[in-house]
Amino acid sequence: MESMSSELVDWSRAQFALTALYHFLFVPLTLGLSFIVAIMETIYVKTGDERWKKITKFWMTLFAINFALGVATGLIMEFEFGTNWSNYSWFVGDIFGAPLAIEGILAFFMESTFFAVMFFGWNKVGKGFHLLSTWLVAVGSNLSALWILVANGWMQYPVGMAFNPDTVRNEMANFFDVILSPVAISKFLHTIGSGYVIGALFVIGVSAWMILKGRDLIEAKRSMVVGASFGLIVSIFLAVSGDESAYEVAQQQPVKLAAMEGLYKGEERAGIIAWGVLNPEKEIGDDRPEFLGDFEIPYALSFLGYHDIDAFVPGLDDLVYGNEKQGIEGAASKIEKGKVAVAALKAYKEAKAEKNEAAMAAANEKLQANMPYFGYGYLEKPTDVVPPIAITFYSFHVMVGLGMWFIALFLVVLYLTMANDITRFRKVLWVSLLSIPLGYVAAEAGWIVAEVGRQPWAIQDLMPVGVAATHIDAGNVQLSFWLFAALFTMLLIAEIKIMTRQIALGINGGH
Amino acid sequence: MFEALSLHHLQIYWWIIIALLGGLFVFIMFVQGGQTLLNQLSDNETEKTMLVNSLGRKWELGFTTLVLFGGALFAAFPKFYATSFGGAYWLWLGILFSFIVQAVSYEYRTKANNFLGTKTYEIFLWINGVVGTLLLGIAISTFFSGAAFHLDDNNFVHWETATRGLEALLQPLNWLLALAMLFLVRIIAGMYFLNNVDHEPIRAKARGMIKRNIVWFLPFFLGFVGWVLMKDGYAYDPETLKVALVPMKHLFNMLEMPIVAILFLIGVVMVLVAVFNSVFREKNCCIFTVGIGTVLTVMALLLNVGLNGTIYYPSVTDLQSSLSIENSAGSHYTLTAMSYASLMVPFVLAYIAYVWYAMDRVKITEEEITSSGEHHY
Repeated sequence: MESMSSELVDWSRAQFALTALYHFLFVPLTLGLSFIVAIMETIYVKTGDERWKKITKFWMTLFAINFALGVATGLIMEFEFGTNWSNYSWFVGDIFGAPLAIEGILAFFMESTFFAVMFFGWNKVGKGFHLLSTWLVAVGSNLSALWILVANGWMQYPVGMAFNPDTVRNEMANFFDVILSPVAISKFLHTIGSGYVIGALFVIGVSAWMILKGRDLIEAKRSMVVGASFGLIVSIFLAVSGDESAYEVAQQQPVKLAAMEGLYKGEERAGIIAWGVLNPEKEIGDDRPEFLGDFEIPYALSFLGYHDIDAFVPGLDDLVYGNEKQGIEGAASKIEKGKVAVAALKAYKEAKAEKNEAAMAAANEKLQANMPYFGYGYLEKPTDVVPPIAITFYSFHVMVGLGMWFIALFLVVLYLTMANDITRFRKVLWVSLLSIPLGYVAAEAGWIVAEVGRQPWAIQDLMPVGVAATHIDAGNVQLSFWLFAALFTMLLIAEIKIMTRQIALGINGGH
Repeated sequence: MFEALSLHHLQIYWWIIIALLGGLFVFIMFVQGGQTLLNQLSDNETEKTMLVNSLGRKWELGFTTLVLFGGALFAAFPKFYATSFGGAYWLWLGILFSFIVQAVSYEYRTKANNFLGTKTYEIFLWINGVVGTLLLGIAISTFFSGAAFHLDDNNFVHWETATRGLEALLQPLNWLLALAMLFLVRIIAGMYFLNNVDHEPIRAKARGMIKRNIVWFLPFFLGFVGWVLMKDGYAYDPETLKVALVPMKHLFNMLEMPIVAILFLIGVVMVLVAVFNSVFREKNCCIFTVGIGTVLTVMALLLNVGLNGTIYYPSVTDLQSSLSIENSAGSHYTLTAMSYASLMVPFVLAYIAYVWYAMDRVKITEEEITSSGEHHY
């Protein structure tokens, strides 16, 4: 294996980031709104109140507009591992492909089959079957999120596999280790949680707009109740699953955690930076202050990461240069071991070509002993293990700050809708409307933390992005990047224009 | 249960599933075929909207099958996924782009304020129908004609041409299958409309269209079959896995695997019977006959190219880099785990069939499309 040109790797990463971030503009609303619509339809079926049917159909129309673009942007995700990360696809395809295929069998067909019933079946199938279909669309969407996040979780924390030097790939050894990996589970819960929150923000924001305009008041207020109650529950769930996610990051990806918190020098009883401005001059290992200004919550990071306020949280300095006292191995020694593994693989192939079985066995033994560090063999210097710190730090803080804001917002909106007359609180309504984009900002920031924060790894410790990409002239990827950017942007504009027009038509206006 | 199977048997099992998915995908591509017929089979906007809505209830099935096809190949034959998608970069991206624009077009076509205009979305549908089908046909044809690549000692792909897959367009023989597929999916679309749209003017036009397209389909299809059966095929030695050219390999495969030959013949006959019944006996029955016929025919072709010691993705520049089901498959463990997942397939097919039945009991009519209370495209 050899590292590819940084130009190629950067464009390949840029394309993946672009397509994934675009895809995730549509996925969360699908995840959240599908359940909200199902709840609304359930109320309709239970009460028989035609107004609830109108409400259901209105939100369903918006769901479909969003869903179409989610499907369109999702297609490339299924193939992009092959087109742009073909070395990766071979190296771990034996493990990574399975969840993607199961996603197709179990989830996508459920979504797409019952989607047709949900939209065109009102007069063709019975009420009960229609309601069931709506719920199955919601379940199908969420199941598809499960499988792709199992795959992503595996990249962050590879488990349940063994390296086969004959095929030069990792092969699955335990399916259940892969799907029940704690990283995968917490990632799944946190990601669907973000989708539910965005769904709820969308519903209360759009309903607020209708109330502000004085239209469809009864329907808008009813929607608001559903949106805010759902939102309050799921935003708290989101915070809890976020805590669990951070705990997993602390255990499995300590470099990412240190970058998220801008923590250079590890410490016991570490605090969390509630807000801070990073010192741009700061380098790993020097004595400059980390922050130009910050506000810290004492003990919180030790508690968050290790569920123990006294725990030592390693900083970037410790993780890069090692810390003997705390028993933390530095990156230099891991790079050494990685190079041993890479050389052993080479020796294995040479011995195999010569049919020298004794030499093959010796090389394999050395290889397997150092395999956990295999990817380090392709790094050049210890600081290569550090992701871009500023973008990881700020994205993380934006995400957490907004998460807190959403809980407060849902609480206020729910209280005012239930116990008071929300139509009189125009400022709250405006804030609800303006909070819709904030949901997306938070969700995308979360992905940036997860994906930028794990650089340089395509697969944690096993394969850096530099050897994972497809061998191709960078110009090809550059061109496809711009084609995707142009096409997706054009479709996004269309989506927003159609969506806003449908909202303006209102609940009693038609479809 | 599956644990007891040998690795090779699991590879065969998975190739059969891939062949089945390929067959189902070509069948459901009647949606693409229909998208090329929107103007031809309609005399006014209402008729066109009826056609779009008829296809609009099914397009996601095709889209999902394509996605599953990608996922199943990744899981079961990861070396193919890495080699072909990464190598023939522009060929596959061309296909994907054509499906991306399809995915929004049904929903956005007639929506108010849709930015690009109704016409543009109809052009997107046409592009998906024509370009998507032709490129897919070319891509599948390279299973027989081969591609220019080599795999290094890590099994990583190195493509030999700068055109990254588009060079397959310059091989005239690849167009035989591509054009045959285009005419076939139009024929199937015609039968789907006959069955699904209760509107005599559309049905009359569909019958005429099927009659003309079968005349175009047959020479390209027979040309493709003749070329494949007569050409040198790529074969490997089951012991050493060494690859070599064998004269008329695919013809011998048909003779050595009579079940495949029988599937193929039954499939072709069913397609022809369906055409005959639709055109000359004016029946509206035939979507399932033509569908099963298509599935069987495509399956037989894929089984022919994948089984019996055959190379299914030949490298024309480095013979020993060619892919067979034996050197490109997942591990025994993964294939076993995936085989359990595959037990869901009959269940999935059953609920798709049930929903299809439940939704198509009521045919698309002019009244439904012109009524304002319903959600339609």
